[in-house]
Amino acid sequence: MNEIPGDLKFMKSHEWARVEDNGTVTIGISDHAQGLLGDLVYVELPSVGDDVTAGNACAVVESVKAASDVYAPVSGKVVSVNSALADKPETINEDAFGEGWIFVVKPSNLAEESEELLDPDAYVELIDSEEH
Amino acid sequence: MTQQTILNATHRALGAKMVDFGGWDMPLSYGSQIEEHHAVRRDAGMFDVSHMTVVDLHGAKTRAFLRHLFANSVDKLKVSGKALYSCMLNESGGVIDDLIVYYLAEDFFRVVVNAATHDKDLAWIEKQAKAFDVKVTERADLAMIAVQGPNARAKAQSLLSPATREKAAKIGKFVACEGDGLFIARTGYTGEDGYEIVVPQAQAVDLWNRLLAADVKPAGLGARDTLRLEAGMNLYGQDMDETITPWEAGLAWTVALDADRDFIGRAALEKQKADGVRRIMVGLVMDDKGVLRHGQRVVTAHGDGEILSGTFSPTLGKAIAFARVPAGTAESAQADIRGKLAPVRVVKYPFVRDGKAIDGI
Repeated sequence: MNEIPGDLKFMKSHEWARVEDNGTVTIGISDHAQGLLGDLVYVELPSVGDDVTAGNACAVVESVKAASDVYAPVSGKVVSVNSALADKPETINEDAFGEGWIFVVKPSNLAEESEELLDPDAYVELIDSEEH
Repeated sequence: MTQQTILNATHRALGAKMVDFGGWDMPLSYGSQIEEHHAVRRDAGMFDVSHMTVVDLHGAKTRAFLRHLFANSVDKLKVSGKALYSCMLNESGGVIDDLIVYYLAEDFFRVVVNAATHDKDLAWIEKQAKAFDVKVTERADLAMIAVQGPNARAKAQSLLSPATREKAAKIGKFVACEGDGLFIARTGYTGEDGYEIVVPQAQAVDLWNRLLAADVKPAGLGARDTLRLEAGMNLYGQDMDETITPWEAGLAWTVALDADRDFIGRAALEKQKADGVRRIMVGLVMDDKGVLRHGQRVVTAHGDGEILSGTFSPTLGKAIAFARVPAGTAESAQADIRGKLAPVRVVKYPFVRDGKAIDGI
């Protein structure tokens, strides 16, 4: 598994969130999640301008095997989506924590909602416990 | 309890992701299942299919028994080694299982049935065999490795003794030969040329490793599923079951309504044919992005249908599916993907044969 960058926060459902210097939040799925899904072949992105609510499904990643919802780690307005994934969904397999980002949100309630997210150590503990 | 094939530790040592399939702990993939798929389409791949059930049938009346048991006619099998694909039906014409039968001698036929249907198949075969005095022997001592792809036969042949190699090189499609302790059949479930090799368990790991050394890529059930769907081959339990007749499962070509043969399910099939078959199986292709999946609703001009097997086709780069739809459905339909209706084309399958997309797909 790839090293998990220390500035990421996680949902139990395997999404990651990174607070950028400009205050927006970049969101993707973890390297562990892409490994479980296998080869990704399609990503259904949200639209720029969509309002998303923490805990709600707002994108879908599909592998050959299965479709899986992507939940918003934080609430806010979608300000950017990774349209390169439309033609190269496998980017998530190759670089889940980097080029495989899915969308960016301008958060509306970050301080409170980020309390609910796991830091990298707690996330690693969670996936270790799921494997055993 | 989950069963393991003799190759289980070999799969794990290769880093396979394992999954339960019909009560067996089987490799889903060893890495990228799409790369495994392409390896079979472009070169050579191998699958552990030892979970499948090999059943040997012995007795003077074996042919008469199989004329009664199968919807396809074993009368087509005239030369030793010749194989036939057939359905085994219940009295209502529903499919108990699909299988391959090999004719070896008048008193010896071999049948290979699915893993998930093992118990009911054996019970049914044994029950029906009594009247014909046929001895039914499950060959749990045998493993099976499918070697598939344009280069599969050459690579497999390179491992055989000169005498067996000569035999294996000569056999036509859907024919088996024996040699080096192996039962080598030119059959498969991928739409590519290749062999299915039945091997005594004690030799199976060695054969697998020698194939690996001959640059045959291990491939898992994930690739096996996308390959067989591209090749237009049904999966039992998903595309048909005991409530579905061959007419409704795109398997009319496997039913032989020959004269003077009273096979189980025949009366029901003839009645359904006379009354009119109301549901048919068709192929679907989606040109837009997205993936067709089992269970999605299909909207047609004649009413709703359902996707049976659906996947992303690595060869075509788009979604394909089998769907059961009202008879008369032609050309176009829509698939309900998470509440949105996506246009799909209704096509004749196979979608892919011998490495290439079929014209019009």
